[in-house]
Amino acid sequence: MPANDQIVFENVSKFYGEVLGVNRVNVSIPPGITSLVGPNGSGKTTIMNLMTGLLQPTRGRISVLGIAPNEPERLFREVGYCTQFDSFPKGLTGYEFVYSYLRVYGCRHQEAEDLAWRAIERVNLVEAAKRKIAGYSKGMRQRIKLAQSICHGPSVLILDEPLNGLDPLARAETIALFRALAQDGMHVIISSHILHEVDAISDQVILLSNGYVVAEGQIRGVRNEMQEHPMQILIRCNKPSEVASRIFAQEHVVEAQIHKDGLGLLVRTRDADKFYLMLNHIAMNGVGIESVAPADDDVNSLYEYLIGSDEASK
Amino acid sequence: MLTNLRLAQIYAVLRLELRKTFFSRRGLWVYLLAFSPILLFAGHSITMLHNGRPCDFGLDTNIFATVFQVFYLRLAVFFGCLGIFMNLFRGEVLDKSLHYYFLAPIRREVLLAGKFIAGLCVAMLTFCLSIILQFFSMYAHYDWAVIQDYLWRNNGIQHLFAYVAVTALACLGYGSVFLAAGILVRNPIIPAAVILVWEAANPLLPALLQKFSVIYYLKSLCPIEVAPQVPPPFNLLAVNPEPISAFIAVPGLFAVAALVVLWAGTRIRKMEISYSAE
Repeated sequence: MPANDQIVFENVSKFYGEVLGVNRVNVSIPPGITSLVGPNGSGKTTIMNLMTGLLQPTRGRISVLGIAPNEPERLFREVGYCTQFDSFPKGLTGYEFVYSYLRVYGCRHQEAEDLAWRAIERVNLVEAAKRKIAGYSKGMRQRIKLAQSICHGPSVLILDEPLNGLDPLARAETIALFRALAQDGMHVIISSHILHEVDAISDQVILLSNGYVVAEGQIRGVRNEMQEHPMQILIRCNKPSEVASRIFAQEHVVEAQIHKDGLGLLVRTRDADKFYLMLNHIAMNGVGIESVAPADDDVNSLYEYLIGSDEASK
Repeated sequence: MLTNLRLAQIYAVLRLELRKTFFSRRGLWVYLLAFSPILLFAGHSITMLHNGRPCDFGLDTNIFATVFQVFYLRLAVFFGCLGIFMNLFRGEVLDKSLHYYFLAPIRREVLLAGKFIAGLCVAMLTFCLSIILQFFSMYAHYDWAVIQDYLWRNNGIQHLFAYVAVTALACLGYGSVFLAAGILVRNPIIPAAVILVWEAANPLLPALLQKFSVIYYLKSLCPIEVAPQVPPPFNLLAVNPEPISAFIAVPGLFAVAALVVLWAGTRIRKMEISYSAE
């Protein structure tokens, strides 16, 4: 029985004729920000379209908060989906676009008007709302789509490449909006092929390659399970040689490289927790440690280790 | 409560569709096609008035009936409905905007109903208005007294009513067929050709198959028999070897349309959004 606060894929496959979309996907997505990460053609959009019933699975079962995707009347009271299609019904202004679909949702005039303006305000598009969408910039179109997908107050927000076409300021505002929505208890599911953006905002990731889920979970958790790739940790300190000599005695430390400027070192370890404990002891014994930061527990590194640098760079 | 919601949703779809498609450039040719016979009849009337030549009222009535059956019903309304109804879903697939409907909390059958009603409103308004204007354009060169006499003493008003009703029923019948075709196939030329041939060959089909056609019912409802004055091979289009009563023709056409729309409803539930395949 699928959990009612999760989005669950049970052995889901989708084939387009003989072409593989996704295969044997088994994932459970809890509330928070979840990123679907993978190069073009890896199956991110297919998973999102399956979740929302735009596609039907060839095999398997999908449940979104306990609702099947083929029940649109129930599903889309809970779900908003901002697709990557940069197209709109012809001849509408931004406001009319959001308002008209709220009427299709069954809202009365006044309610639809209030909800439309609230969503438009949330994406900072009030001034342009009465202009035709055909005259919008790419970033404005992206924002009006976002307004349309959040206007009815969904519990699940699905965003396919939502930061495409946004300028840096709009990106920062949009990311802040995603964070605020997730803090309200919403599921926010984002697809992206820009790994550092995902890295900055995700609570968990689902890594995809060629239609298969290759890893799933919190970034750090996934990273810790990759024993064949020791964790890299960068330490800035005043006595890197002394730190190197002391940590080398430990079994879990594989390598330590002193930085060229003589003020830091890069350590590779198989057990990050033990290493941090040991580093505390070293710090208490007179070594001045300025900073400690993991160097490869981001999505980019995960992707490179799991799928290879060629795919990651696509 | 649920019924009220669905009615509100149908109204919202209808409103949005009318706004998006009524005056769209894509539909311009449909209006030209619908109103083109007015030019023909108005041209006739203007010529007659200009030349001051006497005209045979009976002959004009037969010509009007022939143009209605052979051109207007079989070509103008047919292709007009193709343009309007096939684009209800296919047009949105081409514009990549159908997903906005599919991502709303609305049953797809309700969406289908809303779009179909929107299509019917546009088609019926356009083609019924056109046939009324055609009717009066044809007789515009006669004295008002002659027209009054025809209308009120010689069944003219019944003829006009029958033309309008047959046009409306044609919109219903062809509309349902092209709505379903727009969901089923991507290329409008294929269903247009198949249905056109099917409708043209109706008199040659076995009795049972004849009933699965729109023209079979419409021909029997037309007010004037035109086959004798139509030259071959076009008389094949106008011949009606076994006319049926209006009490069978009207419910029969409604039944065919309902069956086709119900079938479209089962297809729309399974429809996927795959714009890249277009």
